[in-house]
Amino acid sequence: MSAVPDVAIVGGGIVGAACALECKRAGLSVEVYEQSTVGGGATASGMGHVVVMDDSEAQFALTHYSSTLWRELAAELPAAAEYLPCGTLWVAADEEEMAEVHRKQSFYEARGVPVEVLDAQQLADAEPHLRTPLAGGLLVSGDCVVYPPVVAQWLLDQAGVTIHHQEIRALADVPAGIVVNAMGAAAPRLSPGIPVAPRKGHLVITDRHPGFVRHQLIELGYLKSAHSASGDSVAFNVQPRKTGQILIGSSRQYGAEHKEIDREILTRMLRRAAEYMPGIGALTAIRTWTGFRASTPDKLPLIGPWAGREWLATGHEGLGITTSLATGRLLADLITGRTPPIPAEPFLPLRCSP
Amino acid sequence: MTGFDLIVAGAGPAGIAAACRAAETGAKVLVLDNNPAAGGQIWRNDIPALWAQRLSNVEVRGGCSVIDDSILAHGVPIVLATGARELFLPFPGWTLPGVTGVGGLQALVKSGFEVRGKRVVLAGTGPLLLAVASLLRKRGASVTCIAEQAPRSALLRFATGLWRYPLKIAQGIELGGSLLGVPYFTDCWVEEAYGRDRVERVRLSGFEQDCDLLAIGYGLVPNTELATLLGCTLQDGFVTVDAMQKTWREGVWAAGELTGIGGVERSLVEGEIAGLAAIGELTEARKLFSRRAAWHRFASHLTGAFALRPELRALPRPDTIVCRCEDIRYNDLTRWTSAREAKLQTRCGMGLCQGRICGAANHFLFGWQDTSVRPPASAAPVSDLMES
Ligand SMILES: Cc1cc2nc3c(=O)[nH]c(=O)nc-3n(C[C@H](O)[C@H](O)[C@H](O)COP(=O)(O)OP(=O)(O)OC[C@H]3O[C@@H](n4cnc5c(N)ncnc54)[C@H](O)[C@@H]3O)c2cc1C
Ligand SMILES: Cc1cc2nc3c(=O)[nH]c(=O)nc-3n(C[C@H](O)[C@H](O)[C@H](O)COP(=O)(O)OP(=O)(O)OC[C@H]3O[C@@H](n4cnc5c(N)ncnc54)[C@H](O)[C@@H]3O)c2cc1C
Repeated sequence: MSAVPDVAIVGGGIVGAACALECKRAGLSVEVYEQSTVGGGATASGMGHVVVMDDSEAQFALTHYSSTLWRELAAELPAAAEYLPCGTLWVAADEEEMAEVHRKQSFYEARGVPVEVLDAQQLADAEPHLRTPLAGGLLVSGDCVVYPPVVAQWLLDQAGVTIHHQEIRALADVPAGIVVNAMGAAAPRLSPGIPVAPRKGHLVITDRHPGFVRHQLIELGYLKSAHSASGDSVAFNVQPRKTGQILIGSSRQYGAEHKEIDREILTRMLRRAAEYMPGIGALTAIRTWTGFRASTPDKLPLIGPWAGREWLATGHEGLGITTSLATGRLLADLITGRTPPIPAEPFLPLRCSP
Repeated sequence: MTGFDLIVAGAGPAGIAAACRAAETGAKVLVLDNNPAAGGQIWRNDIPALWAQRLSNVEVRGGCSVIDDSILAHGVPIVLATGARELFLPFPGWTLPGVTGVGGLQALVKSGFEVRGKRVVLAGTGPLLLAVASLLRKRGASVTCIAEQAPRSALLRFATGLWRYPLKIAQGIELGGSLLGVPYFTDCWVEEAYGRDRVERVRLSGFEQDCDLLAIGYGLVPNTELATLLGCTLQDGFVTVDAMQKTWREGVWAAGELTGIGGVERSLVEGEIAGLAAIGELTEARKLFSRRAAWHRFASHLTGAFALRPELRALPRPDTIVCRCEDIRYNDLTRWTSAREAKLQTRCGMGLCQGRICGAANHFLFGWQDTSVRPPASAAPVSDLMES
């Protein structure tokens, strides 16, 4: 029993869990190390929005493939995974953002993703609590929402692997053929030199207000603000939960290290939300929290070999729930030498080595 | 908030005492409370005339929650007097309508809830059962029995020590008189409550009893959420203070049930000290130390006598609800090893009350400690978080 496993995964977040399951399915022996609670890191503090993105071809390929995997998994997931096929509604405030709607529409349609353009009236009908007037929106109906901590635990239960509740101090200490650093934003601690930086986010959850929001709503100014390379930003980004609750986001901050609420940015974030949904202020807030995204300079995750027997599965920024399933598949394919379903090159960590 | 010399959070006895003492030295004092009216749990709708009068120089704002540490930004000293809530321990049937906390029932009755002719069983532990029984009888209820979980021996020890506390003994005699004829059982607790749409009957240790209301009182849990958000230090669940009731957080004092459970007199004297100390009247505050010491002795006497017995841990069945907000049952929890794990995997403690009820129950049942508090200190409109 004390045989050294083929693969040891350090980090029991959703990425580590997905990697564990795919490696196991590929016939490898796997063990997981988690210092605290499974799914208790960024996996417990993100939004759980599974979203197809169009920032780059590589990002599209990864999010699109992964979101297909999520839809396949949906029927198997336990009820506590709170799978909600609500779709994403990108909200355009003005004609300039409406142009972005049409650009996105042709991008997605050219790649086989079903989308629907809504005019101002259709948008108001779809989401009665949005302010009027707004210009319109783009509905991506295949996107969904999940509850990530339960999915992470469920993936590990499916894998049936040993979980060591232990903090790893050095990857070299871990007995295994391959050691995968899946420590999320903490990954650089044990893999110094990787280009991963924490990016803080704030969220607010409300009491149950069923029907108040029907789709995951994101303002189209989001792309501009979220991708501004430095500086703090907020965006209107609200999510209906299966429980009837509303999850309100989002903010992005570099250089913030403490998990405490930053009241100034929280206030900004909520005021932004209220600009789009004036009624949101009257809902009951029950909790606020923060989390850290593992960001990379080119906004793509690091999946694959790094140094010696040390591999990486980190750097998923604000998309790690979406891309966790695809990450697991790519990692297992790379380890076993199978041909991955999408090109793995854009995500190989070696692209970042000096 | 500017223009005040002192802000008091909580308008129960401790907060009122703090505010009055400070105001009487000429300080401008603001009291904030999330209830519409001042009084706290015990003085709801009937603040004793003397205190009500003294409160006239204080500005009291009801319906006003302090949600996070932005209150400190005003640079005004703060006395925290946020009190305690009731401890609920799950047993089969505890969520039936008609089952309440003793403190909750007391508050209901004080605000006009009619109990005339109703058969009430009181169960749990401690002197509050007697006080509430007395109130219920005065309002025409038929208290069919009082079930005290503490062993008889502990109670006798408690009673023989009471002579040292003049006020309590007077109360004891008064209570004893008015309760004449109410069966009082020790070593006795509720094992199950039955009823179709509401409670109709309860099973206690060894016997059953019909009733219209079942009031349970297993003790109190301090409301430390705001203190935690302000950065105060806690020990064994209570806020740590020095002799002047000052917390480890600069500019913040604490008094009353936040620092320990022990009745209204203990809260009053702590409140007086905190109010005086917070505005720099240390000599006056010191004069109250010996009175406080007496009530602290009483409090430890109380805690010793009414410790919860381990049998209560065995009451929930697999399908007994533990977290009412999220409908989480006992057997949903047994796989997990910490409050956080149970919370993330089952949603236990994630609802509207944020584990304020089930958190203490899980601490008793499983030994879990949920130390994580996030703003708002209690549920509040989203717009409250938009104010900078
Ligand atoms: C505010 C916010 C909103 C987000 N919204 C979304 C969204 O809507 N959609 C989406 O797809 N993504 C979203 N994300 C991103 C997503 O949450 C993350 O990308 C994802 O959870 C990353 O998972 P992970 O497993 O890599 O990291 P984590 O969940 O952080 O897991 C890492 C694990 O490693 C463990 N660990 C660390 N160090 C050690 C050690 N030395 N030894 C042992 N164990 C260790 C940690 O305890 C932790 O459990 C959001 C993130 C944030 C912060
Ligand atoms: C999709 C989604 C929906 C959610 N819905 C809800 C909801 O409806 N209601 C709700 O309440 N929450 C909800 N949550 C949030 C969840 O309860 C947590 O708030 C979230 O996981 C973030 O955790 P936190 O930062 O509050 O950390 P915490 O939960 O506070 O956990 C931090 C951990 O660190 C420990 N810790 C804290 N300080 C220290 C210290 N100084 N030293 C050592 N250890 C320490 C704590 O004990 C705890 O174990 C949701 C999360 C997600 C992803």
